[in-house]
Amino acid sequence: MSEALGWWGVPLAIAAGTMRGGTPFLFVSLGECLTEKSGKINLGLEGTLLTGAMAAYAISYLTRDSLGTVLAPIFGVVVAGFAGAILGAIHGWLAQQRRVNDVAVGIAMIIFGSGIAFFLGKPFIQPVAPQLPTFDLGNWSSLPAVQAAFKISPLFILGLILAPVMQWFFRATRWGLLIRAVGDAPEAARAMGVSIFKVRMLSIMGGSFLAGIGGASLSLYYPGVWTEMISSGQGLMAVALVIFARWNPMQCLYASLLFGGAQALGPALQSVGVDSFYYLFNAAPYILTLGIMILTCSPKKTLTGAPGALGKEN
Amino acid sequence: MLTRKHIESVVLPLSAILVALLLFGLFCLAAGANPFGVYGSIYKAAFGQWSSWQNTLIRAAPLMLSALCTALPARLGLVIIGNEGALVMGGIGAIAAGLAMGTAAPPLLVQILMALAGMIFGGVWIGIVGALRHWRGVNETISSLLMNYVAIALLNHLVEGPMKDPASLNKPSTFPLESLYRVGTIPGTRIHYGLVYGIIACIIAYILIQRTTFGFAARTAGGNLRAARIAGLPVGKLTLAICFLAGSCAGLAGMVEVAAVHGRANASLNVGYGYGGILVAFVARHNPLAAGVIAVLLGGILASGGILQRSHGLPDATVLVFQGLVFLCVLYSESRYGTIPALQPQTNVTRNS
Repeated sequence: MSEALGWWGVPLAIAAGTMRGGTPFLFVSLGECLTEKSGKINLGLEGTLLTGAMAAYAISYLTRDSLGTVLAPIFGVVVAGFAGAILGAIHGWLAQQRRVNDVAVGIAMIIFGSGIAFFLGKPFIQPVAPQLPTFDLGNWSSLPAVQAAFKISPLFILGLILAPVMQWFFRATRWGLLIRAVGDAPEAARAMGVSIFKVRMLSIMGGSFLAGIGGASLSLYYPGVWTEMISSGQGLMAVALVIFARWNPMQCLYASLLFGGAQALGPALQSVGVDSFYYLFNAAPYILTLGIMILTCSPKKTLTGAPGALGKEN
Repeated sequence: MLTRKHIESVVLPLSAILVALLLFGLFCLAAGANPFGVYGSIYKAAFGQWSSWQNTLIRAAPLMLSALCTALPARLGLVIIGNEGALVMGGIGAIAAGLAMGTAAPPLLVQILMALAGMIFGGVWIGIVGALRHWRGVNETISSLLMNYVAIALLNHLVEGPMKDPASLNKPSTFPLESLYRVGTIPGTRIHYGLVYGIIACIIAYILIQRTTFGFAARTAGGNLRAARIAGLPVGKLTLAICFLAGSCAGLAGMVEVAAVHGRANASLNVGYGYGGILVAFVARHNPLAAGVIAVLLGGILASGGILQRSHGLPDATVLVFQGLVFLCVLYSESRYGTIPALQPQTNVTRNS
């Protein structure tokens, strides 16, 4: 794609990657942020992401005739969210049982969620589903590479709006305060007469809804196909990303863009002929995540911004 | 002595598996397959006759070893799920050692070196996770899972680049291991000696955890970290040692896959024994001996994947769905401990008059 651009294709592809590849990170990390604010971890968002991707693609394909090629993918996105919320309900219920560890439930949900996605998604690997329409902001350029890079997804814009809204939600609304109270001091919240179970259940389901939409952005925007390899740990990296972002939605946004860019590094370098380390460059996002965790974590004190009840038993 | 508590810890996981089977049957029904036919096929493909037993046991061997990678650190209170990565690294280490030995070395020596290389590679891999946990407070679950992807990327790099056998076109692989050096099969069967490694590793792990001061120290630290620190236990050394042992078990699984099954390293290394091992460890409640038994059960289920596809038209992910259901049911059963009246120890009420 970058023949006409030469080495300029690399920063261009990385810039495009921040928007294209950053979108799933953004939704999953905002979802995980919402979940963790209520005091529970959901590692299973990797499975939710896959299920969302499959559901969105399948629905968009199945309803393409009845709804048309514009409405069908939008309906797919909505269904992906609800599919995610269903998985979230399982997680929310099970992780709140006595003596059940939420991390273990997350691992189980990764296996279960990806199993469901691969099982139901098998028939949809071949067919081509209508993709989400994009805003083409690159028409000023005659280079196809530039045009492709500036195809902005409405989901990306939705995510851009969602991050500050969630920030405001946590800071200034009654519901946001309730979630923070349940996540920081469950005993105090219980004394206020709040149902911890309900608040956590809704937070986990809401977070999984967002993760499902993140999956839809994988299959209906970029890379825009449904295969079993479509998600490679994005759901999991998002969990690490939330720690890095200190449970702050706006910082989740910046971190997601960074990760999207890192993900684009391998393919971008390959396109200009640097392909001897292609597979190693593909490990860049994981190594980046590890590096960030090593830099930001501390063995001595709890991290600033961490919900107080995180990692505690029921 | 068998107490009611022991009975409880056998009955609950078994009932969880039964419930999972039931839910799985309903799932198959919804997918348009006859659940009883599916059960029958799984049983036949897994344990129906000697040849299917052999298939099952071949798969059980890496599962046992990989399960120890989760089960051992769990005793220290760590949830490590880097099994797949450690297995892949072990496979890389083993094939590198095997290829470096040329063609004329004594086979037994080469096999020992391969096993050692695999164990060191896997051990260091999970050892890094333990070190990051201890000195930097990095969440071990997330870091170990991320390291899986790094290991797989490294494998892809090696089989596509520096170690690529040009003859392997469809499935990029390393050069094949000298056939003389391959780990053989138990006489009269198709089962390779990896199964023996697995059983021995489970027994050693059990003795280490339950019967030695080392294991006692680890369990103490896992029960209450602060108390262990106050008692002067070297928590850092324990973490590193346990993580290294855990990783070396998974690394040995990689060596077995390379040296006994595939004869070379390629993408067949990461086919899910790592994730299966996590499931085995949790179902076995992190008991190494129980892990050996559960690994045989799961090995059977994996062995039946093909027949589900051929005779019931179910996709190969069916096995994954079943694994997920078993995992979820087993976790739910954790919350039932101490709640079933028939399984509670009888309390002798003594009255003071």
